[in-house]
Amino acid sequence: MKAIVIGCGRVGSTVATQLQEEGWDVVAVDEKEEALGRLGEGWSGGFVVGHGMDTSVLRRAGIEDADAVVVATDGDNTNIVVGQVVQKRFGIDCVVVRLLDPARAEFYEQQGMRTVCPTSNAIERLTEAVRACDVPQPAQV
Amino acid sequence: MYVLIVGGGKIGANLARSLLRVGHEVTLVEQRRDRFERLEDELEHVVVHGDATEIFVLERAGIQRPPSIVVAVTGDDEDNIVICQLARERYGVDKVIARVNDPRNQVHFDLLGVSPTVCATSSIMALIEHEVPEHGLVHLLELPKENVEIVEVLIPPDADCAGTRIDRLQLPEGARLISVKRNGQFEIADGDTSLRAGDQVLAILQPGKEDELRRVLLKS
Repeated sequence: MKAIVIGCGRVGSTVATQLQEEGWDVVAVDEKEEALGRLGEGWSGGFVVGHGMDTSVLRRAGIEDADAVVVATDGDNTNIVVGQVVQKRFGIDCVVVRLLDPARAEFYEQQGMRTVCPTSNAIERLTEAVRACDVPQPAQV
Repeated sequence: MYVLIVGGGKIGANLARSLLRVGHEVTLVEQRRDRFERLEDELEHVVVHGDATEIFVLERAGIQRPPSIVVAVTGDDEDNIVICQLARERYGVDKVIARVNDPRNQVHFDLLGVSPTVCATSSIMALIEHEVPEHGLVHLLELPKENVEIVEVLIPPDADCAGTRIDRLQLPEGARLISVKRNGQFEIADGDTSLRAGDQVLAILQPGKEDELRRVLLKS
């Protein structure tokens, strides 16, 4: 099974190495060549330097026979557009898009995009953590 | 008419000025603080500060009314696409216009149905083609949604196709000749029309078939 991870920052690089450990054939894509270093010594997958908006870069990464694509660059709007292009132009069903803005994540989720919003997760976890503290909690309103 | 413009660079700011001058209501959204302050000094309450791909900024700018038209002219193509999608799909804005900064991104705008678009590079390129028709083929009209375009070809003096009936030409699939202009006279192209050197031929074809059409009509 082949996966492409677009955006090889802290999140993308770890997703890439984890998928590789689970037996996926992984190619990472990033604008900066230095990002390769984040994949560590044991990286045996592919690495393509370029922007996710550039379809020739996607082709070089082997998009045409990818089974899954993770889009996790540091720009929400880039991720939104690249996610849709990958889905619509290359017909890939499993496209997962990281979005930091909960409002855009909710909207594009409704439009049929598989989005993951770390900000929403953080909000939930932080609120839960306060509720779980051993201090007097306000009465339910 | 109420127009929402996103991006306060040269294009956005001048659009705002022009529309205000002829009496339209305008809101202009600019993300950069320094630019926003300069624009606010000039245009006052018309200008809103913020990133218009953030939903609360769009709402503060009045997207819920909704505007008659949203114009996305920031320097970032992804932002322009997202602004137009939000305007149309989430707020029911009828008309959007988007700026394409990098002509290589035009295919993404087309794929995602963001149209009409304006790309300065492509427009200037088309003018150059028109002024210097050395490629032998001039783009007259492009209809990206319908996936067709209309081009004009001038049949060169020593072209192989001269003297051949149109129905005997090996035209590429998806291409048709529409009309022939000869000695100032315009006629609809029929199968039995024979081409001559100097003819100005209009053709309709799918984008991307230009090279095949050139081979048929220009080769000598």
